[in-house]
Amino acid sequence: MLKTFTPGGIHPPADKLSSREATVPLPLPERVAIPLSQHIGVPATPLVKKGDRVKAGQLIGEAVGPISANVHSSVSGTVLDIEAVVDASGYARPAVVIRVEGDEWDASVSRQESPGRHLSAFSREEILAAIQAAGIVGMGGATFPTRVKLSPPPGSEPGLLIINGVECEPFLTADHRLMIEKSRELLIGTRFLMKALGVEQAVIGIENNKPDALAGMREAVMKHALGIEVCPLKVKYPQGGEKQLIRAITGRRVPPGALPISVGVVVHNVGTVYAAYEAITMHKPLVERVVTVTGKSLSRPGNYLCRVGTPVACLIEAAGGLPGDTGKVIAGGPMMGKALTSTAVVVTKGTSGVLVIPESEARRQPARDCIRCTKCVKACPMGLEPYLLMTLGEYRQTEALERARVMDCIECGSCNFTCPAHRPLLDIIRLGKSRVGQLMKTRKPS
Amino acid sequence: MNSSMIIYTAISLCATGITAAVILYLVARKFRVEEDPRVDAIEALLPGANCGGCGQPGCRGLAVAIARANSLEGLACPAGDAATMPAIAAVLGLEAGTRVPRVAVVRCNGDHDRRPRSSVYDGYPSCVVEHALYRGEGDCPFGCLGLGDCARACAFGAIRVDETTGLPVVDEAACTGCEACVKACPRGIIEARARGIKERRVFVSCVNRDRGAIARAACGSACIGCGKCARECPFGAITVERNLAYIDFHKCKLCRKCVSSCPTGAIHEINFPPRKVELTRVETENTDTPC
Repeated sequence: MLKTFTPGGIHPPADKLSSREATVPLPLPERVAIPLSQHIGVPATPLVKKGDRVKAGQLIGEAVGPISANVHSSVSGTVLDIEAVVDASGYARPAVVIRVEGDEWDASVSRQESPGRHLSAFSREEILAAIQAAGIVGMGGATFPTRVKLSPPPGSEPGLLIINGVECEPFLTADHRLMIEKSRELLIGTRFLMKALGVEQAVIGIENNKPDALAGMREAVMKHALGIEVCPLKVKYPQGGEKQLIRAITGRRVPPGALPISVGVVVHNVGTVYAAYEAITMHKPLVERVVTVTGKSLSRPGNYLCRVGTPVACLIEAAGGLPGDTGKVIAGGPMMGKALTSTAVVVTKGTSGVLVIPESEARRQPARDCIRCTKCVKACPMGLEPYLLMTLGEYRQTEALERARVMDCIECGSCNFTCPAHRPLLDIIRLGKSRVGQLMKTRKPS
Repeated sequence: MNSSMIIYTAISLCATGITAAVILYLVARKFRVEEDPRVDAIEALLPGANCGGCGQPGCRGLAVAIARANSLEGLACPAGDAATMPAIAAVLGLEAGTRVPRVAVVRCNGDHDRRPRSSVYDGYPSCVVEHALYRGEGDCPFGCLGLGDCARACAFGAIRVDETTGLPVVDEAACTGCEACVKACPRGIIEARARGIKERRVFVSCVNRDRGAIARAACGSACIGCGKCARECPFGAITVERNLAYIDFHKCKLCRKCVSSCPTGAIHEINFPPRKVELTRVETENTDTPC
């Protein structure tokens, strides 16, 4: 019997069109815009100014405060300006715009794994410093600074590292390809993270709709690594959610409002692990990532290794150009991704995919009245009552929303997906979350 | 079955009723809530729309708050007419401060021609939700979203969204200046301004704080913060702060010099008699502006 999480969960069609497409490097664009805020927390402070020459891998934005991340130039060229550029959120945020000239890398970055240096030669501090310097953030989409996650608060006892290779979002295959193509590197990276956390055990969770990735990782584990286990999981969305994955693999339940460390677990995405591997062995900062460009109407869906700051338009061009009947372009997957307002929006550290949806499928169905069927309640992986949260949100019952545990919502969209009346449950729940968040902020000082 | 059964039933029922009535009477005497008689008097004077504009839970809530505080400090009905507050003050035996009558003013003039649509929003039809998601269908991250949260908030039916322009329109006669719409707008576009002499008003119909070039690219009639109006104003009523001009209605003498000086036509005048010469100049300037 394969493991999975309870309660809730849904089974959207997988549509992994690009799972057999090997990762190809994307040609460098003419110009890139590198946002100074690609992570949760305080935006980085720019270190360059208009007219400066930069090299790929050079630090251009410095982390501010404990929860923040460094930002590096992903290309070599001239800084055109530091200006507000519209990002996936739909609002303009400061970014460093660079005209690309050649492909010259910063002297500190070695393009090859430093030979002869054994894993055990790296100390814990060295690993953490390399991850901090490289500006690594959670690449599954949450973009939480990895360094912070690897430094558990005093008093907590991490016992298990879980590597998230679930990729439960339909369409996306970036992590899938990474596990097939870079299995050895991922295991080395996992060993590094285990050392940084001081844990003896790691589990790589992979859904069983990726048999090639499962077989590849298993083979690599047999050959190389100790203390790492590959755990096949039964397909169910949103298994890639941190709390759901912990529940599926260990059976432990993370209490509401608490972090996974409270049950002795730390979860990292495979993309993050690969970035950590590169940062530690090559001093390479996080300046490129695998992005899945996909959609049923695209002529060549595929996986592209592209530099941070590349406009989405370049990726779509590589995948065969934007089809005429396009209705929506989404950054991320169809469940949790964000519809873009323009294809000039750039790839950031957290962009896992670009999804093109034809007009015929893009529009929402008109919402009708709730029929109290409780499908949303059965689908909610956090055990909440989405229909109730929506009603309370509509009537601005902020305190009641808080009591109904709205802050536990992980915004996976399962309720929206399953609602037969097409009610915009998540939109209102998100609004309620922000209101409750404000309420909690005002309460804090007392 | 005999008649005694009916009689016993009727007697016991009556006895139960009388006992319950006595108990109820005693309980009501013992736990009587002393309510200030002025509350009812004050509530009768309020408009009874329960608009929430005063910040209290409805008219009864305001009446209770006033009676309890026994002062009008910070408590006023924004929706009532000029006679409302003095009447309430008379109930309490106090003097009411004079309040300048206000009216809601929409500070966005980005209709579909001036601010073209660059994306389509088909989510939940509410401004707060759209505002939380992205900058809106046009390129202006400050402008009106046109989904009518203000209209739904209005208890007097004084504001509606015009279908052709996509902007809210205020019915000045019906507007009480209660500011419910001001609170409902997630972008802070609506302002309650003084009604002005003969209902005449001059105001900057834009809240865009982006730099001039960016604001202009997003909307043909955005305030670009050039400061021409501030230099033109003989009364020092106009301040430009973070790329946005604001006209202080306490200082404005309605001379309208700023209106004709604005290069983008962002300053609006309301209820003035039509101009003769200047208007044509402003109009030609406006038609020349590229969108």
